[in-house]
Amino acid sequence: MTEMMLDIRNLKVSIPTDRGLLNAVRGVDLQIAKGETLCLVGESGCGKSLTATSIMGLLPRYAKVTSDRFEMVGQDLTTKTDAKLAKLRGRDVAMIFQDPTSALNPTLTIGRQLTEGVMRHEKLSRSEAEARAIEMLDRVGIANPAARLTQYPHGFSGGQRQRIMIASALMGRPKLLIADEPTTALDVTIQSQILTLLGELQADLGLSLLLITHDLGVVAAIANDVAVMYAGRIAERAPVAGLFAAPRHPYTKGLLAAIPVPGVTPRGSELPAIPGRVPGLIGALRGCAFRDRCAIAGAECAHDPVPRISAAQGQFIECVKAGEVTA
Amino acid sequence: MLSFISKRLLVALLVCLTVSALSFGLMFVSGDPAIAIAGSGGRAEDAEAIRVAYGFDRPLVVQYLDWIGSALTGNLGQSIYFNVPVTEIIGNRAGVTLTLGFISFLVALVIAVPLGVAAALRPNGWIDRLALVIAVSGQAIPSFWLGLMAIVVFGVWYGWVPISGADTWQGYILPVIVLSYYAIPELMRITRSGMIDVLATDYVRAAKAKGLPMHLVISRHALRNAVLPLVSLSAVQLGQLLSGSIVIESVFALNGLGRLAWESLLRSDLPVVQAIILILSLLYVVLTTLADILNAVLDPRLRGGS
Ligand SMILES: Nc1ncnc2c1ncn2[C@@H]1O[C@H](COP(=O)(O)OP(=O)(O)O)[C@@H](O)[C@H]1O
Ligand SMILES: [Mg+2]
Repeated sequence: MTEMMLDIRNLKVSIPTDRGLLNAVRGVDLQIAKGETLCLVGESGCGKSLTATSIMGLLPRYAKVTSDRFEMVGQDLTTKTDAKLAKLRGRDVAMIFQDPTSALNPTLTIGRQLTEGVMRHEKLSRSEAEARAIEMLDRVGIANPAARLTQYPHGFSGGQRQRIMIASALMGRPKLLIADEPTTALDVTIQSQILTLLGELQADLGLSLLLITHDLGVVAAIANDVAVMYAGRIAERAPVAGLFAAPRHPYTKGLLAAIPVPGVTPRGSELPAIPGRVPGLIGALRGCAFRDRCAIAGAECAHDPVPRISAAQGQFIECVKAGEVTA
Repeated sequence: MLSFISKRLLVALLVCLTVSALSFGLMFVSGDPAIAIAGSGGRAEDAEAIRVAYGFDRPLVVQYLDWIGSALTGNLGQSIYFNVPVTEIIGNRAGVTLTLGFISFLVALVIAVPLGVAAALRPNGWIDRLALVIAVSGQAIPSFWLGLMAIVVFGVWYGWVPISGADTWQGYILPVIVLSYYAIPELMRITRSGMIDVLATDYVRAAKAKGLPMHLVISRHALRNAVLPLVSLSAVQLGQLLSGSIVIESVFALNGLGRLAWESLLRSDLPVVQAIILILSLLYVVLTTLADILNAVLDPRLRGGS
């Protein structure tokens, strides 16, 4: 069996709100093998960011996180999670955020922000850390990197800032990289450049990559596996080729139909949006969360729990009507 | 950075000129200064003699230039009441006010900033609640009442500290407590709200994601950005504390600038009033200019250019 860089089972994240407990992540399983890319897709509000943030241990204190198993980069984090995570962040695991403008500290130089982590973790001298920063900036395509170390973030464009964030994430030579919609805040013309860069770095460095994105074109290009998330659970997980060729969950089908895929969707064609809205996540949700919006839903969809139908290793859908979907 | 500083200094200079003109004008808002000096019941000849003696008969512009010229050489005129140079009187009184103001400000800062940070780290936690109680009571209790109560309890009942005067350092204890108690709430509130905003930013999350320990995340990434509004507020607060509080100086019988200004006003000793107002206004200009420069050092975006 291949070595897992991330193996998390039954992850739950709840957030107390004025209107009751918000069960935003309701039993998520994620596995990423060494050197592989898993793309996490789904409509906004379905819990993707909370999932990623909880893996990094960066949720606010009031959020309640539990899981049955949490293994990452070869370590068991199921117990004493916070203390063990603190030793992995910035070393074996790194994260890239959505908006590079707000993720860089405006009052510190680029050089300081790139080097401060490894100078602590690896006891590097300033010049050693700066040498590595220059190497990483060069690698992510920042021209004249040595001269840029003394500059502040406001001297860079959005795309350059995200390259710098990527360089910063690579400083600790991570094994697992988590990127939460790293291009959503960027200009459309820059988006594919950044995602292509991520794909290249992943391959060159043998990184395991958890990429949250809306861009199904990118998913098709760089993912090994895709996990489709809906209302706090993984509705379908499949290898990328299989998912695009034969989506099985009605939600996956709707998602693929609603988003243009370059080279697949004819230009100018009408895209059928999925009717209805994501259900509220306060309190308990019984049965299939998608059934109100699903064209083929029946009485059996209200049964709880929804059966999980597994195919090959790591491939499953949660739908009681799965047989009918493929038919 | 240099161009920012020189621009800022130019602005400060212009403000100083305006402020000095206003202080100069004060001499005349209450009517004819010669009559004010001679006394309203005095004879017209006396007033006329004073007008000539003090140069009030010259054109205003000449009087202003004369005044500002001597002020620049350290001559702020003669006190009408004491008949000694104004600078001498102010020099005798400024020490008390400056000592009291600086110490009170430092005490307030040392208490307010850590408390504000701790409150922001756990909003609604017990430190936050305690901070709120301190803030609300600090703003609700008048300083003269607090001062009198402090004198009664610690000076009269227990006899721990002198009840008036600043002949020994113990004399400063109660006034410092009262003044800093008054300055703490706002300093604390701005620290807390600044920290809460900054702690929610992506760059603080990114700093944690880098594996930095919490104390570095707070000191290097959060506090540095959160102190920007605190610096500006501090300039104003320090200015207020240094301008001397008439109330506190009266309650504790301290011979500071606040009391001097009040007494001089009652005695119609206008050159002294004028000089105090000028000095305090210039102090504000200096403090706010320093605050702006300090903020530009802390935040490169404020410097303009790159
Ligand atoms: N700090 C928070 N406090 C309260 N609710 C939150 C918080 N963070 C996320 N949520 C809610 O949890 C749900 C999932 O959010 P998120 O993980 O950001 O979704 P996604 O990344 O898939 O768009 C949303 O309904 C969101 O409003
Ligand atoms: Mg999100």
